[in-house]
This record gives sequence, C-alpha cells and structure tokens, in this order.
Amino acid sequence: MIELSDFLILGIFLNRKNIIIILMAIELMLLAVNMNFVAFSHYLGNIDGQIFVFFILTVAAAEAAIGLAILILLFRTKRTINVDRLDSLKH
Amino acid sequence: MSIEPILFYIFSTILVIASATVVTVRNPVYAALCLVLAFFTCAAIWLMLEAEFLALVLILVYVGAVMVLFLFVIMMLDINLTRSKEGFIKYLPAGGFVALLIFIEMCVVLGPENFGIEVTGEPLKHAADYSNTKELGVTLYTEYVYPFEIAGALLLLAIVAAIALTMRRRPDSKYQDPAKQVAVRRDDRVRIVKMATEKKQ
Repeated sequence: MIELSDFLILGIFLNRKNIIIILMAIELMLLAVNMNFVAFSHYLGNIDGQIFVFFILTVAAAEAAIGLAILILLFRTKRTINVDRLDSLKH
Repeated sequence: MSIEPILFYIFSTILVIASATVVTVRNPVYAALCLVLAFFTCAAIWLMLEAEFLALVLILVYVGAVMVLFLFVIMMLDINLTRSKEGFIKYLPAGGFVALLIFIEMCVVLGPENFGIEVTGEPLKHAADYSNTKELGVTLYTEYVYPFEIAGALLLLAIVAAIALTMRRRPDSKYQDPAKQVAVRRDDRVRIVKMATEKKQ
C-alpha cells in the first residue's frame, strides 16, 4: 500500500512555458512528499511524520503566496508570464 | 476482500489521473481545478491512513485558500492560451525520461521486498475514541513548540511580503492627507478683502 503513492513527481519536467503551471507542479510534488510522510507515519506508528507534514503545509502556503505575488509583479512589468521571455532581472 | 483496498485503488487512480491532467492540460483554470480534485482524493487517502486532522487541514487550507488564490491570479492575468502549448513536445523526451527514472527508482526502493506488509508489520489500528488531533496537538505543543512558533512567524512574514510586493499606489486616485488637513490655518483658506461699498443699483 505504501509504494503506490509516490509517482506524483513527474510534474515539473513535463512543463512548458507557463509559470502558474510550474507553481502548481511544485504543489503537486509537495503533496507527494506529504503523502509519503503520512504513509510512513501510519505504518511505523510514529506521529512525528504528521508533524512534519504540518510544517510542510505551512511552508508551502507561504511559498504559494509569495510566488503568486512575484508572478503578479512580473506580469505587471513585462506583460507576460512566458518562462522563455523572463530571462532578465532588469526591466 | 474488504472494502479498504478497493477504496484505496479508486482514490489513487483518480489522484494519479488528476495530477497527470494538471501538468498536461492546456488551460490553467482546468489545471487548477484538477489540482483541487487531486487534493480532495489525497485527503481521502489520508483519512484512510488515520491522519484525519491533516486531511481536513489539507482541504480547508489548500482547497479553501491556496487554490482559490491560484484561481484569482489566473483570472487576473490574461494569458495567451494558444502559444502556451509550444515546447511541450520539445521537453517531453528529457522530462519523460527523468520522470520514468524516478518512477523506477521509487518502485525499486519502496517495493514490497523492502516495505511490504511482512517487513513493516500490520499497522496498529486505533480504537474508535482515538483522537488524531489530540495526539498531534500534544506532540506539537511540547516537542515541537519552537518550530511551531517559527512557522507562525514565517506565515506572518509571507503575509507582509505578499502585500508589500503587490501593493501599488495609483497616481490618479484621490485620497485625503489628514496631516495636511489638521495643519491648515485660517489664512490659507479665507481672504478678507476690503472694498468700498458700491452704490445701490
């Protein structure tokens, strides 16, 4: 039962030019990690894994908020969220 | 055969299909909605793993807050959908190869010979009055109290950073400046003019 929940990781590699989908793929990978933590926590009878999932959820929420804020800033200045065109730090 | 494996396979199939759709679908709104479906099925699997609190938190925080944030951002930006599909074929060989490699690695490492039911043993089933929330809370507030506070500070930081990044003052919007309003004197506003009285018409 453990082994099946692990291959959500294919996210970011198959990606294309849209930053929003890359962010979603990061969320998916974090979800896969969380799934592993919960499964191991259940099977090993140790609650610490669930605590770790708790912290990962916190950090992922913060990451999503700041990532989307940066995304909005990028769109305002460059009018695009195409990954290929976002290659300079200066405007 | 009990109902538990059937439920597990149903949920995990939905989960895998939904997450594959997230990375392949063209429209970001559909991708976000598929991600919501993935979170829901994941929460269902966590419920089966007796992690009830985390399953509910996943639904409340992720589906309720983070994914709504994603949807708002997607709808705020007008994205050119036609060109966003380019490059998928170009990156597919390398990306697919890495994904396959990781999948095989996972299968080898986490296969039944290492983590099968004979190796790990039957997990302990808790009684009906077992409270996962209470257990989690007891551990969180004793052993992990400093990381917990750091996590709180991190969330506060994220709020401040997100607001500071996206806030902008429009130059054409009208607003009041209370300091100037308080500092105004009578002479700034009223001018007394002396003049001769005019003859009545």
